[in-house]
Amino acid sequence: MTADGAVIESGEAQTTVRAAFDAIEAEIDRVAGDTGCDPAAAAGAFLGLGERVLEIWVEGRGDVPTRDQKEGFRLLALHRQGAKGEPSFNACRETCRELAYHYNLITLEPGHAETPQRVRVMGLVVRHLCLFVSGKMQVAGLGEFCCSSKPLRGDGK
Amino acid sequence: MVDVTNRAEKYRSVAYYGGCALEGSGNGYDVSTRAIAKELGLGLKEVTDWNCCGAMEVKNIDPKVQTYLSSRVLSNAVNLDKADVVMAPCNGCYHNLKKAEYDLSHDDKSVEVVDMLSKKAGHPTYKAGQAETIHALDWLKHTVGEDGIRARTKGKLDGLKVANYYGCMYVRPRHIFPEKDKGPGTESTSKPHFMDDLLDAAGAKSVDFALKTACCGGAHTLSDSDTSTKLVLNILEAAEASGAEVIATECPTCHSGLEMHQVRAEKKFGRKTKVKILYFTQLLGLALGIKPRKLGIHTNISDSIDFLVDKRIV
Repeated sequence: MTADGAVIESGEAQTTVRAAFDAIEAEIDRVAGDTGCDPAAAAGAFLGLGERVLEIWVEGRGDVPTRDQKEGFRLLALHRQGAKGEPSFNACRETCRELAYHYNLITLEPGHAETPQRVRVMGLVVRHLCLFVSGKMQVAGLGEFCCSSKPLRGDGK
Repeated sequence: MVDVTNRAEKYRSVAYYGGCALEGSGNGYDVSTRAIAKELGLGLKEVTDWNCCGAMEVKNIDPKVQTYLSSRVLSNAVNLDKADVVMAPCNGCYHNLKKAEYDLSHDDKSVEVVDMLSKKAGHPTYKAGQAETIHALDWLKHTVGEDGIRARTKGKLDGLKVANYYGCMYVRPRHIFPEKDKGPGTESTSKPHFMDDLLDAAGAKSVDFALKTACCGGAHTLSDSDTSTKLVLNILEAAEASGAEVIATECPTCHSGLEMHQVRAEKKFGRKTKVKILYFTQLLGLALGIKPRKLGIHTNISDSIDFLVDKRIV
């Protein structure tokens, strides 16, 4: 356990978390590479993968991932839950909001000329969320803001 | 209290705090900022005997010392240079000066520590509200503005597709930027647009860029280079997927990270991206007719000269 309770410091737990993120990245690649995939289905898959990323973060902090929604999205509720007591997690708030925005764009206008580009961008946005959160998981307990570290500070203030 | 009225006049002559990065890897940002100031008739007076803002290194060990270091820069600007506005182009410096201002307004312990260290160091203690810290984007937006840029550049960047990348420290955490999110004319912390506004006024076409405030992985660069490279590669690919030919930057750390990891992504992962990376001040300088060399474009790792020639920008 880290100072603030994240269960990721043991080699075994870290391997599990790493494996989970690797699986998510592989799934992002699979969906992004499936050119025949229905755009709305791809958007749904990316949104679900974003939720899974945040679930891992919340679980790593010893909480049970919420089933609530915020502004119609569980993703945003999960982000809010993940940022409680961890202001640095707000560094991915806009990334989550961009995911929700692209989901709406794609599913509300699936026939739009820019839909293929929107699907591609949504895949890159969810990958960014995955990379960012997996990086934070590796250094869990670090960061008063963004990636700057705090464990050297003693009382963390 | 800081007077925020009549910014156009107030910001015409400011104390300039380039910070450490702009003396080194971010030199192109420094020379292009100074070059456009000269071209536009704006006054920049370098803060006398400035020091490191505390960046991340000091903050990680003792954040109150970081607050002190930033407060010393502000103290010198106020007391030695008689300035009431400090302009910091670097996102890290800008962020830390704003954070120091916030801490000195809200945290008695910070006030006490800063006063104690200032007395020990033998300079006047900086007090919250004596100066206003602004970014280079605020400076240009409020002095020259879109109309001024439009009139001076005559669409020189016409058709250039730009992804404006602000990075994370320009807008987060929100509470240290009380002047943002105040409606029309102010900057947004969720969808920043000052860089878009200025470059569009010079004729560029800012693309809708989903990762404009996303993490560049700057702090991971040494400890976990692969994660940084992947984060940057993702930003570069997202910019290209959004139709951008150029990424405009306003932070030396982000800029260096994008440039270096663009090269590393190709070497390490075999993923090549073509998008060019330029400081927004370099793009504005080109739009104003300043020669690339005077804007430090030749010092960038991302070689954009041929591209700029092809686009008839130089």
